[in-house]
This record gives sequence, structure tokens and C-alpha cells, in this order.
Amino acid sequence: MSQNTVANKTKVEHSVHRDDIGAKTGMWLFLFTELLLFVGLILVYVVFRANYSHEFHEAAGHLNVKIGVINTLILVTSSLTIVISLAKMQRGNVETASDYLWITIGIGALFLMNKFVEWFEKISHDYYPGSAYLKTLPNGESIFYSLYYSLTGLHALHVIIGMTIMAFIIKQISDGKITPDNHVKLENNALYWHLVDVIWIILLPLFYLTN
Amino acid sequence: MVESNLINSYLGNANSSGLKSWIFSTDHKRIGLLYLYCMMAFFIVAMLLGVLMRLELLQPGEQFISAKTYNQTFTLHGVIMIFLFIVPGIPAAIGNFVLPLQLGAEDVAFPRLNLLSWWIYIFGAILALTSLFGGGGFADTGWTFYAPYSINTDTNVSLAVLAAFVLGFSSILTGINFITTIHRLRAKGMGFFRMPLFVWGLYATGWIQIIATPVVGITLLLIFLERTLGLGFFDPTMGGDPVLYQHLFWIYSHPVVYVMILPAMGVISEILPAFARRTIFGYKAIAMSSMAIAIVGYLVWGHHMFTVGMSDTARWIFSLLTFLVAVPTGIKVFNWVATLYKGSIQLAAPMLLALLFIFEFSIGGLTGLVNGALSTDIHIHDTSFIVGHFHYTIFGGAGIGLMAAMHYWFPKIFGRMYSEKSAKTAIGLIFVGFNTLYFPMLIMGILGMPRRYHDYLPEYQPYHMVSTIGSWILVLGITIMIWNLVRSARKGEPAPDNPWGATTLEWKTPSPPPQLNFDYTPEVQTGPYDFSEILSKDANKKKQ
Repeated sequence: MSQNTVANKTKVEHSVHRDDIGAKTGMWLFLFTELLLFVGLILVYVVFRANYSHEFHEAAGHLNVKIGVINTLILVTSSLTIVISLAKMQRGNVETASDYLWITIGIGALFLMNKFVEWFEKISHDYYPGSAYLKTLPNGESIFYSLYYSLTGLHALHVIIGMTIMAFIIKQISDGKITPDNHVKLENNALYWHLVDVIWIILLPLFYLTN
Repeated sequence: MVESNLINSYLGNANSSGLKSWIFSTDHKRIGLLYLYCMMAFFIVAMLLGVLMRLELLQPGEQFISAKTYNQTFTLHGVIMIFLFIVPGIPAAIGNFVLPLQLGAEDVAFPRLNLLSWWIYIFGAILALTSLFGGGGFADTGWTFYAPYSINTDTNVSLAVLAAFVLGFSSILTGINFITTIHRLRAKGMGFFRMPLFVWGLYATGWIQIIATPVVGITLLLIFLERTLGLGFFDPTMGGDPVLYQHLFWIYSHPVVYVMILPAMGVISEILPAFARRTIFGYKAIAMSSMAIAIVGYLVWGHHMFTVGMSDTARWIFSLLTFLVAVPTGIKVFNWVATLYKGSIQLAAPMLLALLFIFEFSIGGLTGLVNGALSTDIHIHDTSFIVGHFHYTIFGGAGIGLMAAMHYWFPKIFGRMYSEKSAKTAIGLIFVGFNTLYFPMLIMGILGMPRRYHDYLPEYQPYHMVSTIGSWILVLGITIMIWNLVRSARKGEPAPDNPWGATTLEWKTPSPPPQLNFDYTPEVQTGPYDFSEILSKDANKKKQ
């Protein structure tokens, strides 16, 4: 017989199966697939950048490098605070861990505010897909702004999702479901937030530093 | 004994048999069946749409549906068959049921995520159905949603692509779940090279789902945004590039045909040893060829686009890679045939379906090489040859593979046997009907019959007529098969734990399995297809 079997458990108890490595494996696979979602759009960027390199150069000149760099600093800081939260949790400091998650949410909100201000400023100057002004410019510049809005928009959506998950994690910490012995959810949340961070670091040079 | 199995099994007793206990169940076996029932319902709808198209094509000229309705019909047929039936297909329905059992696990790694995948699938299905009734009617673009027509048409493309995006998300979550399960929940002693080959098929499939699906997800989302916001990526009047859409679409949609076929190949690799009483020939070669198909299959998408005006270099590289991807498939077919050599073959229903798979899929694979060659592809591009080839691979491969899986694991799933006689009648009709339906398409295509046309020149009529008659025979066969299985699920003879004399772990637990799959902790000491004990049992029976 090929797969010999040993009858050593007479009755199987129904227990919730806990596997932290499994949970992290799943998260890494999810991050991989998320990354590829962005890669699809970045592929579109690469093709049009090759076709319209001059127009992209022109259009990127209208973006404010300062806002882009400030937002990068903001997001990198938030990656630091969520790691501190995880470290506090691992050292048994549950309250502080929760506080640092609140701080991370706050910094995330700051990032979004900055982003929205930038978008609205651009839109009020008639820089949006299909606007009358963009139609007077060469095709490549209009495509640049389409890419700008779809990539930063998709990224902002991920920031919002990451913040929402943090809110759930805070709730679970206060309910005692996430403890220093069982904090894989917090760790996965931090992994996700780092992905959001990394993607922004890719987007910054693609749009702001092209000029 | 058997009756008590039924009561204690996952199928449940009185207090766990209501609708809620199914649609909110995190039991992988119940979720597998939920998928199976939904998929079957969608399959029947899409099959009837196919019959409708064949009826329209019985004679040249318009019979009873207009050109636009015809376009919508083949789009709906394609969208349902691809996104709602064959992509979730074997992994979500059969894989969900069998994977943890074959690994000796209690469930998948993330049972709640598994249930969520099913709900997302249902949500996507509802979106797709809603788009039928929304303004403009269902999309008339074909399931490929090629730009720029998909951006300009006033049919309801937006909802349809959104539905496909949602369904893709469900597929990704299933892939993540299965890969994690395979890495983390194998029974003690089961190394990667002691896993059953069906598990290997699901493993390779999971990777394709994770790597390829997000790309089409974002592409379809872009079609949606093009229609609502006018981004201009695929619109030439705004400096966009429609060919770029085709690239992005096929980067996913070619690998996804391997999502459809790899699990089916895994099923065949399970059935052949069980019914030939021989260990599989070339275990490692079959396992590794699944991975090779997954990797090389990612790099061949350009062969869908030989006529759009790519550079010659790109074309011959894509063509070369297409020929390369046929090699691992060939390896599998030779190994399967070698497994049968000197085996003690029983021609039971699952075995007949497995042989049918090899026959039809070989035709599908070889006609695929005709498409992959640059010069012949120019001749047959966009003809019904492509339609014939595609149905030989996907229906003749993945579809027949699903039928084989349903017959092979039927006793395990329901704890009952189906009628062997009805099963064989159905298989005979399916064999005749299938080839009568699709072979004329290959011939017509070479003679120049375009695909997706609702009218044609009179000279093609004999082929169309034969093809339409074939569709009737095929539908009759499928009807008998479904009737047989549905009836037997409730009224069939009780099945023993291991009716086929197979060796993998799912046959070492009661039929149907108890709620937590095993009453003991499974352990594994050798590879999955060692028949020495089964054979000595067979010999003892003969002596008596």
C-alpha cells in the first residue's frame, strides 16, 4: 500500500487551525498579485513613454515636485510608525501598539489630503481626461494625465483600504483578539502598508521626476 | 455501515442541511459543491445559447435572429463559458473538494477566504446577469472585448467588463488559498514529489491565477474607465493604441487557457493509473511539465496577434515559444500512453472519458500548432478553424476533463454510484456529437468560412448542416449524463469507500467523507501510485 496510514487519533476535535507562517505565505502571495495589478498599468505607461517621450517630459513639468517629495516623506514615515506598532505589540505593549496604529492612520490621512489638494488644483486648471484644455495639447500630454490620475488614483484606493484594515485591527486589539502571542494580522497589515509605500516610491519618479 | 456514513458525513444530518448551512459554510467540500451547482446551471444556459447559434447557421441567410442578436449571443456564450464556467471550473469545484482530501488535511488553509471567493463569484455572476437587462442590452463585442469597438458600442460593455474583473478577483483568491494549502497542509511524510498529480496541476494553476489575472483585471478596468472617463489609452483619435489592449488582454488570456487545462490534465493523471492498475509512468516528468507549461505559457500571448502588424522578430519569437509550449504537453501525452502499456485496463466510465480527453485534446493540440506557425496562421486567422481548435482544446480538454472528474469522484462526493450503463451511453453520444459538431468547423475554416458571422455563402452549407446536427447529438449526450448524475446523487446504490481501487488519500476515508475529512491522522510513506496492496487484494478476490 502506498500511503500507509496510522490510526492514532480516534476522535478529531474541531479546533480553529492556526498557522502564522501560512497566513504570511498567503499575504505575500496577495502582495505579489497586487504588485502585478500595478505592473499592468505601468506597462501602459512604459509603452506611451516610449511613444511620446517629449510630450511626457513637457507634461511632467506641470506637476509640483515639492508636493510629490513631501508625500513620499509622509508615506515613508507612516511605514516607520506601523513597524513601531508591531514592535510594541511583540514586546507586549498592547496600548502603545494601538496608539501607533492611530498615528499611522493619521499620517495616511495627511497623505491623502495632500493628494486631493494636488488633484483639485490640477482639475481646477483644467488638467483632467477629456478636458477642453488638454484637447488643445498634443495627444501625449493628455495620455500622461490619464496615466497620472489612474495610477495615483489606484494607489490612493490602496491607501484607503490599508487605513480601513488598520481600523479593524485596532478594534480587534481592543477586543483582545490580537495579542502579543497572536499578532499575525497586525504583521500582515504592516506588510500591506509597506507595499502601498513601495508602489508610491515607484510612482514618484515615473510622474514627478520625469522632467 | 454505509447508511451511517451518509448521516455522519459533511452532507449532514437534519440540523445542518438548511440552505444557510450551505451558503455560509466554510467546509471546503460544501463550497466545492456550491461552485459545482452554480457552474452547471451556467453551463446549461451557455450550451443552449450555443445550440441557438448552430440553429441560426443551419442555412445561409437570416433564420430567426438578427446579426446584432447573433453577436450578443456569441458574446454571452463566451463570457458565461469562460468567466463563469471553465475558469473557476475544475479548481473551484472539484479542486476545492478533492485537494484537502488528497493532502490529508482537514480543510484548505483559509476556509473563510474560500467562502468569500464563492460569494465574490456569485456577485460577479449577478453583475454579468444585470448587464443583460441594462441599457443597450448585453455586450456584442465577443468575450475578448477588443478596443476600440468595446469603447464605442452602445451595448452594456461597462457592466460586463466589471463583472469579469470581479470574477477574476475570486479566481485570484482561490489561487492564493490553494498554493498556501499545498505548501502548509500536506500530510506527514508527503513531500512535494509524493503529492498526487492532480495536486501538482492545481499548484501550477494557482501560480498562473496569481500572476496573470491581475493584468487582465486592470485591463478590463481600463475599458470601464475608457467608457466612463475617456482616458484615451486605447482610442487612436486620442493618441491611444488599440493593439496595446490586445497585448494586455492576451498577456492574461493566453495563460488562462492553461488555468483551464492544467487541472484537467491532473484529473487524467489520477484516473489512468487507477484504471490501469499501474503506477503512473514518468511521475516527475508530468509534475514538472505542468510547471513548464505554466512558465512558458506566460510568454506566448503574441500568437493571437500575428496579423495585427507586429515586427517580424516579435512574430517569430512568439511562434518559436508557441512550439516550445507544446513540448511539455507532448511529454504528458506520451507518459499517459506509456502508463497504459501492459496495464490491467478497466474501461469504466471515468477511464473512457480520460481516453476521450486524450483523443480530443490531441486534435486540439495539433491544430494549435497550425495556428502557431506564422504562414498557416495568416490563412486561418479569424476563420471557424480557430473556433474548432479552441473547442477541441477547451471543451474536448477541460470540459471532458471535468466530466471525467465528476464521474471519478462522484462516489466519494455523494457516497453513491451512478448508473454505469447510462454513463456509457452518454459518453458514446458525446464522442459522436462532439466530433460531428466541431470537425466540420476545422474544414470550413481552411476553406475560408469566417468566424463570428451570422450569414455565409451557400457553398459552406453542407458543413454547417453536419455541424448543427452534431450539436443535437452532443446535447442529447450531455442531457443523459446530467440526468444520470443528478438522479444517482439521490437514488444511486451506496458506494464503498474505494470503489475503483485507487491509491490516493481521498479513497482512505468513508464515502462521503466525514465533516473533518479523516477519522485518523493520515501519514504517507511512499509515492501516490503504488498499487502493490490493491493488486494483492484483487488477486485474493479472484482466488475466492
